[in-house]
Amino acid sequence: MTLSRGARVALRAGMIIGLAVIYVPLFVVLVNSFNADKAFAWPPSHLTGHWWSTAWDNGGVRTALWTSVKAGLGATAVALVLGTMAAFAVQRYRFFGRDTVSLLVILPIALPGIVTGIALNNAFRTVLSPLGIQLGLFTVVVGHATFCVVTIFNNVLARLRRLGTRVEEASADLGADTFQTFRYVTFPLLRSALLAGGLLSFALSFDEIIVTTFTAGAGVQTLPIWIFNNLFRPNQAPIVNVVAAALIVLSVVPVYLAQRVSGDTRGL
Amino acid sequence: MSITATPGGPVRRLAGLLHRRPYLRLATLLSAPLLWLVVAYLGSLAALFAAAFWTTDDFTGEVVKQFNLDNFQELWSQTVYRTITVRSVGVAAAVTVIDAAVAFPMAFYMAKIASPRAQRWLVIAVLTPLWASYLVKAYAWRIMFSGSGVLSWILDPFGIHGPGYGLPATITTLAYLWLPYMILPIYAGLERLPNSLLDAAGDLGARTFRTFRTVIWPVAVPAVIAGSIFTFSLSLGDYITVKIVGGKSQLIGNVVYDNIGAADNLPFAAAVATIPVVIMVIYLVAVRRTGALDNL
Repeated sequence: MTLSRGARVALRAGMIIGLAVIYVPLFVVLVNSFNADKAFAWPPSHLTGHWWSTAWDNGGVRTALWTSVKAGLGATAVALVLGTMAAFAVQRYRFFGRDTVSLLVILPIALPGIVTGIALNNAFRTVLSPLGIQLGLFTVVVGHATFCVVTIFNNVLARLRRLGTRVEEASADLGADTFQTFRYVTFPLLRSALLAGGLLSFALSFDEIIVTTFTAGAGVQTLPIWIFNNLFRPNQAPIVNVVAAALIVLSVVPVYLAQRVSGDTRGL
Repeated sequence: MSITATPGGPVRRLAGLLHRRPYLRLATLLSAPLLWLVVAYLGSLAALFAAAFWTTDDFTGEVVKQFNLDNFQELWSQTVYRTITVRSVGVAAAVTVIDAAVAFPMAFYMAKIASPRAQRWLVIAVLTPLWASYLVKAYAWRIMFSGSGVLSWILDPFGIHGPGYGLPATITTLAYLWLPYMILPIYAGLERLPNSLLDAAGDLGARTFRTFRTVIWPVAVPAVIAGSIFTFSLSLGDYITVKIVGGKSQLIGNVVYDNIGAADNLPFAAAVATIPVVIMVIYLVAVRRTGALDNL
């Protein structure tokens, strides 16, 4: 398009400043994880790798990390099953209340986290406690799965819409039954969508703090809860900072995987 | 062939039954998701909002299950809650406006000026921080705003003191957190706008500003509104960021949180929690008329 030179320069400057604002705070956390000063005076006068080794040996961090991984895997497993079932129902059938199902799936992520959190907390305490199930990892998985379903649902729905029903009909014509068609035809075609959705779901769960606060109970600490609990303790500041830096570095992994997955689908 | 199910086996018979009865198939598919989302989730929400009409006995701390409007009356009559509501809406609105102002030039550059190769990299560059943890980003700004942090280091030589922790820090951090949610819809909307339209506007004599006003803006508005749903609703329910960088400031989320934790007054917390939900429903209904929801 024809843009005046001034507008072009201004837009380019806006882009560069915007990216700088996005990355400078993350960069500061990375540098501070090597900052020898415990109060993170800026600019750092000395650099040290001491905090990284301290954090690595910290039992609380390891336990919390492991809890987060378990919660993320559990929630993603539940969401994969529920999301795929719901997506099949909505995409392949016409029935009364179909739009409501889509809305229902989105609702847990559209409402403020604190509303979902206290609603589940209240329900768990009144329904599960008499059954002898206390707040813990199980309730965290239930809470996370509730808002993770939407990621799988959206991905599978989009894939099913694009696939159409022709391959499945061909499979049935060739004598495969419902389960065989799903196992040998539909599932392989869905795999990359499930992977992309599962990745997003795991990331959502791994990062979640508000619903977790209300569903975890006293004994269970996920990594975000650990960070939040230690954020205001000056003594723990260097370790919190190392954990934050490590999470920033790790956030490149899903981006890389997502690129790989979307690269796969292009070959489809 | 590796397919082993024998004709007439129980699995095969079940498959045949499902094949003949589409409604049975549909019912099976819907059973688990609906059991989870309707019974467990909607049930919990309903129970919560029912609790908003109950009260807590001041002496025993027990919930009194008797319908009344005391909680809502208190919310209405105490000015402190009105102030906090107005403040929360103000913060959410400020975050949305800042994000729109920052995101628009970036999205425009990505969609219309950058080369296709640069475009791909810019999308990745904007998306990557989305995967970085929410807490880590809030923490990063806590470090930025701290007394010996980067902002003071930059501002002090000019004789200006950094704002420290408070509402400005909260707005900055929230705007930072939700910025990608605003860039992506605008980028997607502008990318759909054909370049030929912009060229045509130029050929017909429109200058940059007029092209912007008459061609780009009408296409961009639904996209901006779609982004604003995220920035607005995510800011409205937040209480973690304000705890990390907000100093002593309180938003609606904090009132809910404090009533659950320290005060152990679930009915009142439930009543307070209806405020952001009602505001969001009003916002969504208003927005639906612009057609922005189709842009999500």
